[in-house]
Amino acid sequence: MLNMSTNNLSYNDQGGSDSAVEVGQETTPTTNAGAGFGLFSTNFKKNDDLKEMLESNKDSLKLEAMKRIIALIAKGKNASELFPAVVKNVASKNIELKKLVYVYLVRYAEEQQDLALLSISTFQRALKDPNQLIRASALRVLSSIRVPIIVPIMMLAIKEAASDMSPYVRKTSAHAIQKLYSLDPDQKEHLIEVIEKLLKDKSTLVAGSVVMAFEEVCPDRIDLIHKNYRKLCNLLVDVEEWGQVVIISMLTRYARTQFTSPWKEDGLFDENSERAFYESDEEKTENEKEAKSYMMDPDHRLLLRNTKPLLQSRNTAVVMSVAQLYWHLAPKHEISIVTKSLVRLLRSHREVQYIVLQNIATMSIQRKGMFEPYMKSFYVRSTDATHIKSLKLEILTNLANEANISTILREFQTYVKSQDKQFAAGTIQAIGRCATNISEVTDTCLQGLVLLLSNRDETVVAESVVVIKKLLQTQPTQHSDIIKHMAKLFDNITVPMARASILWLIGEYCERVPKIAPDVLRKMAKTFTSEEDIVKLQTVNLAAKLYLTNSKQTKLLTQYILNLGKYDQNYDIRDRTRFIRQLIVPNEKSGALSKYARRILLAPKPAPVLESAYKDRDRYQLGTLSHTINTKASGYLELSDWPAVAPDQSVRNVEVIEPVKEWTPSLGKSKLSKSSDDKFYSDSGEEEEKEKCSGSSSSDDSSSSSSSEESGSEAESDEEKSSSQSSEESNKSSSQSENSSSESDSEQKKKNATKKPPQKKTVKPTAKDSDSDENGNVAKEASSSSAEESSSGSESGSDADSDSGTEHKKKTKSKAKPKMEVKSKKVVSLLDLDDFTPTPVTQPKSYVLSPSLLGDLEGLSLANVSSTMQVSGPAFVPEKSHDLLHRMTGKGLSAQYQFPRQPCLYQPTMVSVQISLTNTSDHPLEQIHIGDRSPTGLNIYCFNTIECLQPEASVTVSLGIDFNDSTQAANFQLCTKEDQFSVSIQPAVGELFLPITMTEQDFRKEQGKLLGMNESSATITMAAENTTSQPISRQVATVANLGVVPSGQDNLHRFAGKTASSGAVVLVTVELKESSTALITINTEKSVMGPMLLRDLKQALSQA
Amino acid sequence: MSDTTVLVSQSRLSSPPAKMIHSLFLVNSSGDIFLEKHWKSVVSRSVCDYFFEAQERASEPENVPPVIPTPHHYLISVLRHRIYFVAVIQSEVPPLFVIEFLHRVVDTFQDYFGVCTEAAIKDNVVVVYELLEEMLDNGFPLATESNILKELIKPPTILRTVVNTITGSTNVGEQLPTGQLSVVPWRRTGVKYTNNEAYFDVVEEIDAIIDKSGSTITAEIQGVIDACVKLTGMPDLTLSFMNPRLLDDVSFHPCVRFKRWEAERILSFIPPDGNFRLLSYHVSCQNLVAIPVYVKHNITFREGSSQGRFELTLGPKQTMGKGLEAVLISSQLPRGVLNTNLNPSQGTYTFDPVTKLLSWDVGKINPQKLPSLKGSMSLQAGASKPDENPTINIQFKIQQSALSGLKVNRLDMYGEKYKPFKGIKYMTKAGKFQVRT
Repeated sequence: MLNMSTNNLSYNDQGGSDSAVEVGQETTPTTNAGAGFGLFSTNFKKNDDLKEMLESNKDSLKLEAMKRIIALIAKGKNASELFPAVVKNVASKNIELKKLVYVYLVRYAEEQQDLALLSISTFQRALKDPNQLIRASALRVLSSIRVPIIVPIMMLAIKEAASDMSPYVRKTSAHAIQKLYSLDPDQKEHLIEVIEKLLKDKSTLVAGSVVMAFEEVCPDRIDLIHKNYRKLCNLLVDVEEWGQVVIISMLTRYARTQFTSPWKEDGLFDENSERAFYESDEEKTENEKEAKSYMMDPDHRLLLRNTKPLLQSRNTAVVMSVAQLYWHLAPKHEISIVTKSLVRLLRSHREVQYIVLQNIATMSIQRKGMFEPYMKSFYVRSTDATHIKSLKLEILTNLANEANISTILREFQTYVKSQDKQFAAGTIQAIGRCATNISEVTDTCLQGLVLLLSNRDETVVAESVVVIKKLLQTQPTQHSDIIKHMAKLFDNITVPMARASILWLIGEYCERVPKIAPDVLRKMAKTFTSEEDIVKLQTVNLAAKLYLTNSKQTKLLTQYILNLGKYDQNYDIRDRTRFIRQLIVPNEKSGALSKYARRILLAPKPAPVLESAYKDRDRYQLGTLSHTINTKASGYLELSDWPAVAPDQSVRNVEVIEPVKEWTPSLGKSKLSKSSDDKFYSDSGEEEEKEKCSGSSSSDDSSSSSSSEESGSEAESDEEKSSSQSSEESNKSSSQSENSSSESDSEQKKKNATKKPPQKKTVKPTAKDSDSDENGNVAKEASSSSAEESSSGSESGSDADSDSGTEHKKKTKSKAKPKMEVKSKKVVSLLDLDDFTPTPVTQPKSYVLSPSLLGDLEGLSLANVSSTMQVSGPAFVPEKSHDLLHRMTGKGLSAQYQFPRQPCLYQPTMVSVQISLTNTSDHPLEQIHIGDRSPTGLNIYCFNTIECLQPEASVTVSLGIDFNDSTQAANFQLCTKEDQFSVSIQPAVGELFLPITMTEQDFRKEQGKLLGMNESSATITMAAENTTSQPISRQVATVANLGVVPSGQDNLHRFAGKTASSGAVVLVTVELKESSTALITINTEKSVMGPMLLRDLKQALSQA
Repeated sequence: MSDTTVLVSQSRLSSPPAKMIHSLFLVNSSGDIFLEKHWKSVVSRSVCDYFFEAQERASEPENVPPVIPTPHHYLISVLRHRIYFVAVIQSEVPPLFVIEFLHRVVDTFQDYFGVCTEAAIKDNVVVVYELLEEMLDNGFPLATESNILKELIKPPTILRTVVNTITGSTNVGEQLPTGQLSVVPWRRTGVKYTNNEAYFDVVEEIDAIIDKSGSTITAEIQGVIDACVKLTGMPDLTLSFMNPRLLDDVSFHPCVRFKRWEAERILSFIPPDGNFRLLSYHVSCQNLVAIPVYVKHNITFREGSSQGRFELTLGPKQTMGKGLEAVLISSQLPRGVLNTNLNPSQGTYTFDPVTKLLSWDVGKINPQKLPSLKGSMSLQAGASKPDENPTINIQFKIQQSALSGLKVNRLDMYGEKYKPFKGIKYMTKAGKFQVRT
């Protein structure tokens, strides 16, 4: 360090191994600490001050020093001498300083291993920090320090981080795996364990990184992917773009080992049928596919379907990787969907164009049809770079066929004249290829090429000669004129290759030009010594051939040339001369060979095949580096051939998801047969209600069935308490408590539900299954379970939720439409349920509690002490729909509304209203939407504008209206494109409630709070049939959306609910007395709603 | 010291080749490496010699092949702003992956420093280093969203530089970034504006090749919607078009909900903060494209004579009543042309006798008085007549109009209470617009 100032003079630009630290003139512009020195002489600025600055107490000085050091590193200068001074600052409080120290540390730790160890404890401490980002960054730096001694520490840190709560830290640990592996490959086995663990991770943040680690550490362990295959496919869209590329390329390899070929048996691609496909739409291809015996594995289809949207990515690498996936995996007729996106990439940067064009070139050889419609996108512009031009030329040549050749040749004519002569030469070759491939234009091309022989540019001429030579070889008989023409031009052509070609041509066909050939030889004899080697060799050839055919005229000339050749400087020529002489000139030694000289030299030669340089490129996976450079790059993973027989498909089955789908059909059916159909359907408005019903029918007494309405967390806590009830129970709850720390409640429930069912059948769970609805029940269950899958799969919160929500809505709508006419409205509301399944906000009750689980829970809730109140599903959904707009007043548009009694999707305080719109007119109605509303403050969540409603079609939409706990009508305008209709929705008071479940105890407690003026009651005479519990419940439920509260007494029936808007509790008690009288009591703080509800109930119970 | 080097090199011999980006070198047009960054172990800068060889072989800077194999490494480079960004790769990796990333790096630099020049990079070398450190971890992209990066490292501004020198504060974000962890990684959290604005620019570029006789050989429209959104909180926007079917092929910013587009042809998204490209689209050449400009030309070289005629007249065509602005003509004249003696009726023209590049800055086209450029060219004595007439490249702009006829219908905002100011602008530009003569 002290001799630094002298070193300063021998300033070494390369740095590198130089141990001294140079500073020289380079100072960052922000440098002001060294200004004091600068006053005297800039030469004195040296690293001593850097060390001093680093050891000072001021953060600003340290920071300044670090900035200068980083500037040195950036220039490639060696700054390793400062390591001890820098490493001391690793624990600095200043974030920027710390970061710069990290940068330094990662750069030099490898060289200063002992000193680097000083910093390790700091990182170990940070690994325990409560802040996830600090943990992550500590792991990142720790794993980047390439010091072999700390491998065990790194291993430990990675293992710990792999089970971190934060997905970000887990992602970092996936990155660290690769670093540790490259530092110490012996750790492979342990690292694979970590990879296996991380592959199971559900976070989109982790997926890309862990697959990257997988690819690097153990790409051959394909078995690790099986269980995660479907999850990866489903997560793919939400993974960050770089991860997508890695996952897609891994899945491409995976699919090639696991699925059978979707390509036709003969393997060869049939261009004609392909073009037919190209025109047809997707429907047709689907049919076509079904017609064949081949059935695609649903998982194979899943991959193709889930990657398709990524063609729209802005990231060119993602688009390319999807394109190659389709190329290598999709059925032949589906590959063309990638065309458009690939052509779009051509607008991108030059380097992107280069790679994309290369891949298109390979593709277009096998499948012209794919790119033919986009031919014009490959037209060359004068501003293109040379390698882009030649690639475009290549593709245009590949695309040429009988139909478009004239267009392409016209385009080529422009290119031939280009000032870029290299490109012009390339065009001539392209013309040659077109001429051989398409026999119709061979003559035209040949004529054109001959014209080019008189071009002034010699590269153009040379190229033409070479190409003409190749063309003539294919059909030599007719073209002696051309050969003569070329012989005449021979003197003017200077390019050796062209001269050699002409000589070869004349020699080969010397019998067709008997007069000219000897003359050419005579000229060549004169200039022989000054020719290029290649020309000399051809001259010798020509001489030999002429000697054999026309020895009278050329004997002397030949001997002269052979003599010249004998003493040539080039040994190739000397060799050739000697060989030819022995062959053609008969003497005593030559023996048998010379007899065959003619047959050897003048044997008919096969015409060369002009083919693309990209012909065999498809042996490499498209989009890879190996494909680009056309040699195997290190680390290239071969794409295997399709297996002849598909490996076991069931390896991809994952228990966690599967049973959800499995139990539903079987169980649903069996329950259905047991329970009375009547009951089942009457309650079908709500999924969980049905579950309850089926649960109740399987259980013994009805009181316990009502207790199964216990929901959500309540049920769980109960379960844990009374876990001793059955061994099965205890297993479950223990597994639950294990998970409970990391997983959210709802997820837990799903797991429970899915783990629970004891009967597992191997019904293949596919999306297609869910579409096929044998009966409403199956379809609904299946689709709801697929919704769970998606919501549990992506932890992406509200965004993903709303997405899947809308998706489901669409699905529902499309399903609902055809159903409407056939089945009753119940079906519609049943399907509409899908809307709600993915929104856990307003309905914490789990939908996936399987009936069997509910049955298990029934017993538990008796011991219940919880005081929470949960919103439950409605006990009954009235079918009654009300007219909103009559078709006469609505000019053909009729609208009806009903209350589905669902918690509103949009806002918890809203009441959801379902409107069915029907077009009874004879013309389509457009743009149906909601216009002005009154009172103006009325909060309505409108449905999306319906763009068009066809005649006789109807559509069901849902609204959310905040009635503000009043029965005041909601007035608004229902608008079409032309008209506006004022309509109003008048809710019955009972519709403003949401049912809640509570225990009898809680009910009494709540009731105790709501006495006095909050209580209203009346005694009525009950109708005869309303004296038992079930009809009463039914009647009450018809009037008001209330939940049943379990009651210990036979003559007491209790119902509970809360108002939608303000959440005030509403309690209803019906007490049966002697002689069919009953006392109805309503307790609620809403003093207006109480009496109104009482009036309605009185009417209902006494009348019916 | 020597012991450790041996140890290190041994361990590297046995280790498998690591994937992804190993190192990055920045090379200027004169062939100097002015910045290097290594994400793994250090690669000697001598590896760039292979690149320099290729650079020498190439006649033009653009002709350097983007992928160069060397015995132990692969060099993948992009050229932007006359700087080569050369990435060193050790083993198989999709080349587009690297290229796309390098372009993303350049975009980020441009975003941070306004320009991406050698001087700007040298001036901000520490920020550059910090950025590169965050963007890649072990050679694998980590944070490439500009919004996240800006949370981590604040872009340098004059004001901040002044403040930093006075107060000693830093341009590294004080609070830890949360964006990386959120479900909308492209958006910063806690965004606040007093004026809430959302501007959208619909910019269409027309690519065309016009042949000698004035007929269109190929023409297509490439459009983008660039947005500048400065909205408080977490707004959820929807943008709908009058005629979404026009869009033949689209690619989205990751924020756009693809399913919604598929089903309803509506763009629904939570926007990133600040400037971003929402959408780029393509209107295919199958549709007829209106060409807004025509060129009458008469360029002749006579055999044997050392003079050539040059005449050019421009005129508007199918512009939907909007004026052509910022018209610029450029043409690469044949090598044989020594000099030109031309007379523009408006604007200015230059001819560089070395590069043979003719450029004519026309400005605005007045339909009443069409601009023309006439005169003679002097040719090298004795040189033969050039084979080909020069190609004419045209640049122009048309304000207030999207050539394809694309129109935004409405923009709605959900999720926030305030009323934003919304603005939409349309513009048409010439992309690669060439006239063959």
